[in-house]
Amino acid sequence: MEYFIELFLSGLTRGSIYALIALGYTMVYGIIQLINFAHGEIYMIGAFVALIVAGVCTIYGFAGVSVLIIAAIAAVIYASAYGYTLEKIAYRPLRGAPRLSPLISAIGMSIFLQNYVLLAQTSDFLPFPRLIPDFEFMEPVAHIIGSPELVILVTTVVTMILLTLLIKKTKVGKAMRATQQDMSMARLVGINVDRIISLTFVIGSALAAIGGVLVASYIGQVNFYIGFLAGVKAFTAAVLGGIGSIPGAVLGGLVLGLTESFAAGYVSSDYEDVFAFGLLVLILILRPAGILGKARKQKV
Amino acid sequence: MADKHKLLEVKGLTMDFGGLRAVDSVSLEVHEGEIAALIGPNGAGKTTFFNCVTGIYTPTKGDILLHPKGLATRRLNGLKPNKVTEMGLARTFQNIRLFPDMTVLENVMIGRHCRTKSGIFRSIIRSRGVREEEQQIVEDSYQLLVKVGLGEFANEFSKNLPYGAQRRLEIARAMATDPFLLLLDEPAAGMNPQETAELDQLICKISEEDRIAILLIEHDMKLVMNISNPIYVMEYGKKIAEGSPQEIKDNPKVIEAYLGEETDA
Repeated sequence: MEYFIELFLSGLTRGSIYALIALGYTMVYGIIQLINFAHGEIYMIGAFVALIVAGVCTIYGFAGVSVLIIAAIAAVIYASAYGYTLEKIAYRPLRGAPRLSPLISAIGMSIFLQNYVLLAQTSDFLPFPRLIPDFEFMEPVAHIIGSPELVILVTTVVTMILLTLLIKKTKVGKAMRATQQDMSMARLVGINVDRIISLTFVIGSALAAIGGVLVASYIGQVNFYIGFLAGVKAFTAAVLGGIGSIPGAVLGGLVLGLTESFAAGYVSSDYEDVFAFGLLVLILILRPAGILGKARKQKV
Repeated sequence: MADKHKLLEVKGLTMDFGGLRAVDSVSLEVHEGEIAALIGPNGAGKTTFFNCVTGIYTPTKGDILLHPKGLATRRLNGLKPNKVTEMGLARTFQNIRLFPDMTVLENVMIGRHCRTKSGIFRSIIRSRGVREEEQQIVEDSYQLLVKVGLGEFANEFSKNLPYGAQRRLEIARAMATDPFLLLLDEPAAGMNPQETAELDQLICKISEEDRIAILLIEHDMKLVMNISNPIYVMEYGKKIAEGSPQEIKDNPKVIEAYLGEETDA
């Protein structure tokens, strides 16, 4: 039973990271029907920025949690700027073009950003400092859930609550929902749609950067290629939950994380991806729009 | 009519789609306090005309001038729709374009937002001023709903409203942007006679009480002849007639456009 709980919690941790990154995919898809393949790279850049800033902070004598917080803030700001720029130079000029064009542009940006980091940094795996400290109060249950897992879970839950409040309660959230439901009508009620789209990219990138920092300090290494796999998994999570749906992305991420964790724990860690993608195939056969997705009606 | 303030002035508007001339040098004026109508057979270019005025299309030729009262004249050609809305011009569509997964009240509130000051960051931080502003928006929006007779549905999802109510909600949302000129694209389309009569009253009420000028496209001749003056008639992209309801009824060109040419058998 304890083994089950352990697997459950590690699955939850993994899943909440997938969910965090999947939110970026799903929010962008919901608004401009684009699968932003460069999203995984934003996550990777977030992790790299955190690595550099953490290094600098350590040199200047900061210690413990303050390094984590400074690094995370820097990563969020930097990644948001990347997300904003990405949309501006790679997607906005293609607004109104056939749907395939921005998709190809996205793949291009993904390759570009990977190789940019490869050249600017290195192709090696770089060790990432363990920024999440061990909490002493965790001692009696530390063998079931470690402090990094706890921090990841709490951070993602808090982030998601904030995101939900932003979307449900604020004026910009309302504008985002309006843009998602009918873009040209949103323009006609006076919403600056371009600004809302930029904001969506900024929020998605910030979430990805938070994910990047958490995962990197949990796993302990970064590399220019980590964005690809994380991107594919998060994309799977978004599709699983129903792309375009925000609760769907969270649910999809958790389902995917739990499936992988249990498959690795009870079958073999070699088979975790087989189970994860097998589940995806199964759900897409039974519910092509995803768990919470709605089939979009195409209007002419 | 000469003493009335001219609000919208369209001069020689032309819109080409490739080799097709959908609107061919149409001129039109809407004055303060007027309910003007734009009629014509299907495919005459009426909706294209609206799309040009509201910034969805950039016209090929011609001028669209807006003369807000007490403000400088603005040329609307090629402005983005959200800018046109900010300038005081609102519209509805032929088919229903509500935000289906938002409540009735939210649909109206969203129209109000372009008139508020708080930007992205201030609305996230939610200072006291922002919250008061938000409260004001809720109250104003609710008043608009009451005006169009939808007060009791405020918290329903807009997709669950009956058809006629959805139409009225669209008008309320357009009014929430605080326009001085309202463009209605076939507001009575698909309505039964009872609903059309209510709409008739609503449009007159908006015109009289809120002092909003109205330009409408409509196929329901009873509604058009009842409430609008002047009437402009388009056919094949060209304006073929303009005048009072009586003049339009008697105009041979209009009769020809609607009923076909008379031939000697």
